[in-house]
Amino acid sequence: MAVVFSKPKSLTDREFHYCPGCPHGIIHRLVAQAIDNLGIEGRTIGIAPVGCAVMAYDYFACDMVEAAHGRAPAVATGIKRALPDRIVFTYQGDGDLASIGMAETVHSAARGENITIIFVNNAIYGMTGGQMAPTSLPGQVTQTSPYGRDVATQGYPIRICELLSSLDGPHFIARVAVNNVKNVNQAAKTIEKAFRNQVEGKGFSLVEVVSACPTNWGMTPSKALAWVSERMIPYYPLGVFKDADEKEDRA
Amino acid sequence: MTVQILIAGFGGQGILFLGKLLAYKALIEGRELSWLPSYGPEMRGGTASCSVTISTEPVGSPIITNPDILIAMNLPSLDRYEGSVKPGGMIFTDSSLIERPVARTDVKAFAVPATRMAVEMGAPNLANMIILGNLMKQCPDLVPYENVGEALAKVVSAKHPEMAEVNLRAIKTGFGL
Amino acid sequence: MSEKVLMKGNEAIAEAAIRSGCRFYFGYPITPQTELAAYMARRMPKIGGVFLQAESEIAAINMVYGVAGTGKRVMTSSSSPGVSLKQEGISYLAGADLPAVIVNVQRGGPGLGGIQPSQSDYFQATKGGGHGDYHLIVLTPDSVQEMADLTGLAFDLADRYRVPAMILADGTMGQMMEPVVLPPERDAAVADKPWAVTGTENKRPHNIINSLYLAPDVLEKTNDERYARYAEIQAKEARWESWMMDDAEYGIVAFGIAARVAKNAVTHLRQNGIKAGLIRPITVWPFPTSAVTGACARVRAMVSVELSMGQMIEDVRLAAEGRCPVTLCSRSGGMIPEPQQIIACVERLAKGGK
Repeated sequence: MAVVFSKPKSLTDREFHYCPGCPHGIIHRLVAQAIDNLGIEGRTIGIAPVGCAVMAYDYFACDMVEAAHGRAPAVATGIKRALPDRIVFTYQGDGDLASIGMAETVHSAARGENITIIFVNNAIYGMTGGQMAPTSLPGQVTQTSPYGRDVATQGYPIRICELLSSLDGPHFIARVAVNNVKNVNQAAKTIEKAFRNQVEGKGFSLVEVVSACPTNWGMTPSKALAWVSERMIPYYPLGVFKDADEKEDRA
Repeated sequence: MTVQILIAGFGGQGILFLGKLLAYKALIEGRELSWLPSYGPEMRGGTASCSVTISTEPVGSPIITNPDILIAMNLPSLDRYEGSVKPGGMIFTDSSLIERPVARTDVKAFAVPATRMAVEMGAPNLANMIILGNLMKQCPDLVPYENVGEALAKVVSAKHPEMAEVNLRAIKTGFGL
Repeated sequence: MSEKVLMKGNEAIAEAAIRSGCRFYFGYPITPQTELAAYMARRMPKIGGVFLQAESEIAAINMVYGVAGTGKRVMTSSSSPGVSLKQEGISYLAGADLPAVIVNVQRGGPGLGGIQPSQSDYFQATKGGGHGDYHLIVLTPDSVQEMADLTGLAFDLADRYRVPAMILADGTMGQMMEPVVLPPERDAAVADKPWAVTGTENKRPHNIINSLYLAPDVLEKTNDERYARYAEIQAKEARWESWMMDDAEYGIVAFGIAARVAKNAVTHLRQNGIKAGLIRPITVWPFPTSAVTGACARVRAMVSVELSMGQMIEDVRLAAEGRCPVTLCSRSGGMIPEPQQIIACVERLAKGGK
């Protein structure tokens, strides 16, 4: 009997706890697939955030560390400095990376730490039940912006890729989405590149994955994916924001 | 034997350096010692003080409340610490900068025109070493002249080894050699 | 090997850490411990180690958490306000059973406080400091020699028990220079750490460094297991110096710089015919309870000498179990008690006062 589809080796058999329709499962798979493809599962160490992906340490089959809220890039820095030949990645959400952990994010990027960051942006705090995130869109209704995010009092969303790509430190900054097959395939390639960069010693690589949260957005999964196309991607355009490889090619 | 030396002056007068030199001499001579700087937020100027205890026994508290010897490099330091010196103790002052004499009559006072002497020998920053030379002369048991070169080698910045020679000249001048 | 060198306490800690196999240091500048970071910055690159000035104390302690997870010896240092910032990370280290060494060269508080020596982080250091049920092993040096010696011990104890250890020093200890005999170099490869995250090499199930246990019964179990280790530490690792206590009628309990001042006071008191003695905790967690309890049965009164508004005195009172009165003699805010203050306090007690 031929196997036509299988789970990546880099995922454990543990059943995901994520909500039905949540793209975290897809993104986990893309990360695991990249690790498999590069053959680095035995020397990879992952860092889970605080947020919906907090229990990612049970899902990835490599060695895992659970970090305090927002501190994953600092923890990754410590591990990578201690074990430079290991592949170190963090998997973080928008509250973790772009709010409470902003300093760790910016400074690990500025230092050009040779790590890979997978940043899942679903514009909301999922685990705590749907509060406003630093990436929630203007007007977006959440538990803590019940009348819609009012930019006059609650400020504007933060575009992480645009922000970080202004730094000299990072090697690779890109934004992808997982709202349709085409985008998922592109995300797979981009995430693998972000890992390959580290294997090749190129330095800091961050991939922002525009995701969805049907449960806390109060939408069906398919409506949520439509909202990603109609609302999220226009605010968070997809593409490569910085790639030091290309700069070298041009030079 | 335990002798507590308090050195005080402006930041930049080499207060800590003088203390370090005393500390290294004591180390070389196999004595027990402690060296405790005052530390403040300012990097330049302000007041600086340094407490050096030299002893034949393990040093108790490194904090000096009543010194046996006070080296006052400026007037505020003399004003502040003169009263704290133990009866029978010694006060060394840089009399180029401190116009008034030591008021206490129960201590031995040594007014050394250290800054003027330093200027005259072409090393205006080394009033601290002039005073040290004088201290060595007055207290040969506590701070013998021997080993001063070895101690200087430890304290002078590795970047400026030539400074050891200049410092030694200032010490000799203070000693009266 | 036994050559004495002259060093600041802060530098002695740094050099002793390196000689104990520590090759990773993460910190953030703050007075009065900055010499420690500066020393590491100079030395680490020369010996293949890592010095990193982190963006914050919070980041520094989490870098420590990362390295500790790989099983390597790692240190951070700060002073009181900075150590407050590290508390979150310290709680995680404790919750994930990671060995690491944290140095607190204390200054006066609360808030930004001052920069002069203090012991007012005693509660924070010994009673947890961060959230949750946990302790650190807390060592309190009273000389530059002990700054060096206790640093090596802190690494060993942290590894042995998988408990983070703290050197609780103060501005005086950090800034002062004394002759010190440095410990010999030891190999960086230390205890076997099968729990460490080093990459599975596809040869073992994945290791997880974690402090999250959503099932309360499981979390309780991890706490019970950790407290069993704490009990062992309390039974085996309490350290103290008993000085002139054999015939003492008045006991002083003091650590660090306060103990140095207290020794002077004891000497004076004995010259004045009052039999005083000193118990100097070298660990304040575990607190040398048995030593203090035993002494309290023999003395007329006990005095807790501290650079705080009175923190250790609570542990002294608990240990006294009502056997003798316990009095506080302290200064705070960066002030240091003078021997005369302690002498006066004991003389007052000897005359029947309180």
